[in-house]
Amino acid sequence: MTKLLMSTALALSFALPATAATVADGDELAETQEYNFWLLDAIKTTDPQLNTDVEGSDVLRQLFEGLMNEDLQGGMVPGVATDYEVSEDGLTYTFNLRPEAKWSNGEPVTAQDFIYGWQRAVDPANASEYAWFIELMNVVNASEIVNGEAELDTLGATAIDDNTLEVKLTKPTPYFIKMLSHPTTFPVLKSVVDEHGDDWTQAGNLVGNGAYVLTDHDLGVQITMEKNPEYWDADSVILEKLNGITVNDINVALTRYQSGELDRVDIPAGQYPRLKEEYPEEAYSLPYACSYAYLVNLSDKGREELQDPNIRRALTLGLDRDIIVEQVLQGGQRPAYNWTHWAMEGFEMPEIEMASMSQEDRVAEAKRLLEEAGFGPDNPLNLTLNYNTSEDHKKIAVVAQQMWKPLGVNLTLNNMEWKVHTDRMQEQDFELARYAWCADYNEASTFLDYFRSTGSNYGEFNNADYDALLDEAVTSENPNEQYTQAEQILAQELPLIPIYHYAQVDMIKPYVKGLPFDNVMNSWYGKDMYIAAE
Amino acid sequence: MFGYILRRLAVAIPTLLLLIIFSFMLMHAAPGGPFTQEREVPAQVLANLEAKYGLDDPLWKQIVDYVWGILRHFDFGPSFVYPDRSVNEIIAAGFPVTLTYGLLSFILAVVVGVALGAAAAVRQNSWLDYLAVGISIGAQVLPNFVMAPILVLIFTLSLGWLPGGGWSFNNPDYWIMPVIALGTSYMASIARITRSSMLEVLSSNHIRTARAKGLPERRVIWKHALKPALLPVISYLGPAFVSMITGSVVIDMYFSTGGIGKSFVDSALNRDYAVMMGVTILVGALTILFSLIVDILYAWIDPKIRY
Repeated sequence: MTKLLMSTALALSFALPATAATVADGDELAETQEYNFWLLDAIKTTDPQLNTDVEGSDVLRQLFEGLMNEDLQGGMVPGVATDYEVSEDGLTYTFNLRPEAKWSNGEPVTAQDFIYGWQRAVDPANASEYAWFIELMNVVNASEIVNGEAELDTLGATAIDDNTLEVKLTKPTPYFIKMLSHPTTFPVLKSVVDEHGDDWTQAGNLVGNGAYVLTDHDLGVQITMEKNPEYWDADSVILEKLNGITVNDINVALTRYQSGELDRVDIPAGQYPRLKEEYPEEAYSLPYACSYAYLVNLSDKGREELQDPNIRRALTLGLDRDIIVEQVLQGGQRPAYNWTHWAMEGFEMPEIEMASMSQEDRVAEAKRLLEEAGFGPDNPLNLTLNYNTSEDHKKIAVVAQQMWKPLGVNLTLNNMEWKVHTDRMQEQDFELARYAWCADYNEASTFLDYFRSTGSNYGEFNNADYDALLDEAVTSENPNEQYTQAEQILAQELPLIPIYHYAQVDMIKPYVKGLPFDNVMNSWYGKDMYIAAE
Repeated sequence: MFGYILRRLAVAIPTLLLLIIFSFMLMHAAPGGPFTQEREVPAQVLANLEAKYGLDDPLWKQIVDYVWGILRHFDFGPSFVYPDRSVNEIIAAGFPVTLTYGLLSFILAVVVGVALGAAAAVRQNSWLDYLAVGISIGAQVLPNFVMAPILVLIFTLSLGWLPGGGWSFNNPDYWIMPVIALGTSYMASIARITRSSMLEVLSSNHIRTARAKGLPERRVIWKHALKPALLPVISYLGPAFVSMITGSVVIDMYFSTGGIGKSFVDSALNRDYAVMMGVTILVGALTILFSLIVDILYAWIDPKIRY
C-alpha cells in the first residue's frame, strides 16, 4: 500500500514538469533558504497591470502566477492553466485552470480573476501604460476598449465556468501563448482591489496567487517576500524568503555583493574580464534578449543625405563591431549585423552579407560608397548622433565617431537626458539616435514588428514588402522563412545601424541554484530555486 | 522682534507661491513627460493617463488645483511614477531618513568643526593649529562622493563591521557611514570659518580689554571670544542645515537609504511633477524657515543687531 502511494506521488511530480525546484544530485540544502537579489531602483508598483519595469516584473512573477510560466530554458510550462485547446482557425483558446490554485487568502483562483486582471489592463479609467500588451495579444475588442469605443465586458475573455477560461482573438497570433507569462496578463482578486482601492498593493493588503507573499515593501530600500503556504505547489517550494535590495549604483552593488549582502548583481561595463579571472565560478555572461542600434531618421524631418541607402550602408560598414564588443563592452556581447537577437527561441540567424566580410573590405566599400555620393575626408558629411546619458553609450558613440571620421563622416555627439532623448525620437527630431529594443516575449516578431510601418518605429521606416512578410509569418508553418527575408530587407534598407546583441553580465554566488541561465528572457522564479549548502 | 517675525512670515507666503509657480512652469517646459517611455504610449492611453492625473487641463488650472489641494487637505497629489503611492507617502517615507542622518551629521559637523576651528585659533601657529588646518583641508578635499566609497572600503569590505548600505531606524549601524560621509566637508568648512573669525575676534579691542582686566584665559575664550566669532558660522549653518536634513543625492544614491535627496533628482528625471513639486515646496519652506531662525539667532548673539 505504501509503495503504491509513493509511486502515485512520483507519477504526479513527473506529470508537472519544471514547476518546482529540483535539487541537483550531490547538492545539500543550506539551512537558511534566503535569496538576496539586487534592484537598481525602487519597485514602482506591485500592481501587475500598472507595472512597466523589468525589475517590477521580476517581483510580480513571485507574487502572482499567470496562465503559463517559463521554465529554465525559456519554454512555456503550465502555470495556473494545466492545458489549453486552440480552435482550428487559431482564434479561440480554451484554458483549463487547476482547481487547486488558491489566492494567498485561501480563496480559489478562478477564470473570473484572469478576466478581471485583463480588463484592468485595458480599462481607460485605469490608464495602464501596458494596455498595448493586451492589444498586441489581439484579444477581441482590446483596442476598442482602450479607445473608449467599447464596454469593458465586451473584452474577448469569458469564463465558461470557474476553471475554464475562453479567449477570443481577432487574428491568429502564434506568439499568444508566449505572452501569458508576462505580469500584465496576471490575475487579480477583485474583492481585494474593491476593499483597499489604490492601496491594495501595499504589503499586508496585497493578495496574490504566486509562490510568495509580499511581507514588506520599504520603497527604494527593500522589498521582502516570503513563501506562500496557500500556493498550490507550496510543498515543492524550497526557497523561504526573497529579499529585493535596492542599490542605486551598479558599482556599489558589486561592493555589496563582495561583502556578502547580495547574491546576484550586474557587472559594471568593462569589469567582466577582470572579475571572470578573479571569480571564475561567479562571473557569468548570458545572452539577453535586447539589441542595440543607431536608428536612422527616414522621415521628412530627417536628413536628406540619409535617405540614400548607400550612405546608410557606408555608415553601417564603417563600424568595427568587434572592437566595440571586445574592447569597449567586454562582457560577452555579440556584434550585430541584423536586428533580432541571436538567441531568440526558434529563430535562425539570417546570413547577412556584411557579416561575412572582413573589416578591411567593409571599410573599403564604405569609402567607395561615400565617394560616389560625393563625400570624403576633404568634403565630409556632417551628422549628429543623439544619445541618452550613460557612460557606455558615450564610449560607443566616441568609438563610432573615430571610426567614421577617416571615411569622411564628421559625427557630432549630442548627449541628452533620457526623457529628452525619447521625446526627440518620438517627434522625429533627430538624424541618428542611439536605441535599444528588448523582447516582450521570446519570439523574433517582438523585434521585427518594431519596423512595421505601423510599429513604434521612430525613424518612420515604411516598406510594404516588409509589412506583407510579417503578416504572412503570422499564419506560416515556419515563420523563420519570412523572418529571414524580413531581416534581409532591413539589411538592404538599413533603417537602423545594428551594433550589438546584449548579454546579461552578472556575478552570481555559486550556492544560488535554479536560475534560468538558458532563458534569454531572464525570467526567474523563486519557486524553482534553492540555496545549496557551501 | 515679534513684529519682525510676523513680517518675515508674511513675505514667506508669496515667496513660496512664486517658487511653486516657477517650478511648475519650468517642469512642464522640459521636453518629455511622466509617461514618455521607450515604447511610445498609444495616443488614447496617453490621453487616458493625462485625464486620470488632470494633465489635460490648461497649465494655470493645474497650478490652481494643485495649490488648492495643498491648502485644503495638505494633499500634494498622487505620484505619476509610483502609482500606488501619494506624494505625501513618499515624503513621509523618505524625509525621516534624511532628517535622521542629516541632523546627526549636522551635530557632528558643528561640534567637531567649531572645536577644531576654535582650538586652532587659540593656539595659532602651534602644532595643534597645523593639525586642525590639515584635518579640515583634508576633509574639504574629500567630498561625500569620495568619502562614501572610502568608508565602505574600510568598514564594509576590509573590516566587515558595517553594512554597505540600506537603512533601518532600529539599527544605528546603518547610520554611521552616511553621517560621516555627509558631515565631513561641512565640518571642514565650519572649522575654517570658525578659525578665521575667531582669529579676528581674538585680536579685537574687547578681548584685549578682557585680558587686561585679568580675566582667566578660559573665560575670555568661552565668554567673550567664541560667541561673536560664531556669527559668520551661524549664517553659514542656516542653509547648510536645510541642505543636510533634506538629504544629499550622493548619500542617498550611494548608501541607498531611500531618503528624500534621491526623490528630488529622480522626480526631475522621471518628470514626476507632483513629487518634484512636493520636495521643492518642502525644501523651499525649510529654507525660508531656517533663514528666519538664523536671523533671530543673530539678534540673540549680537546685541548690536536690532530688527
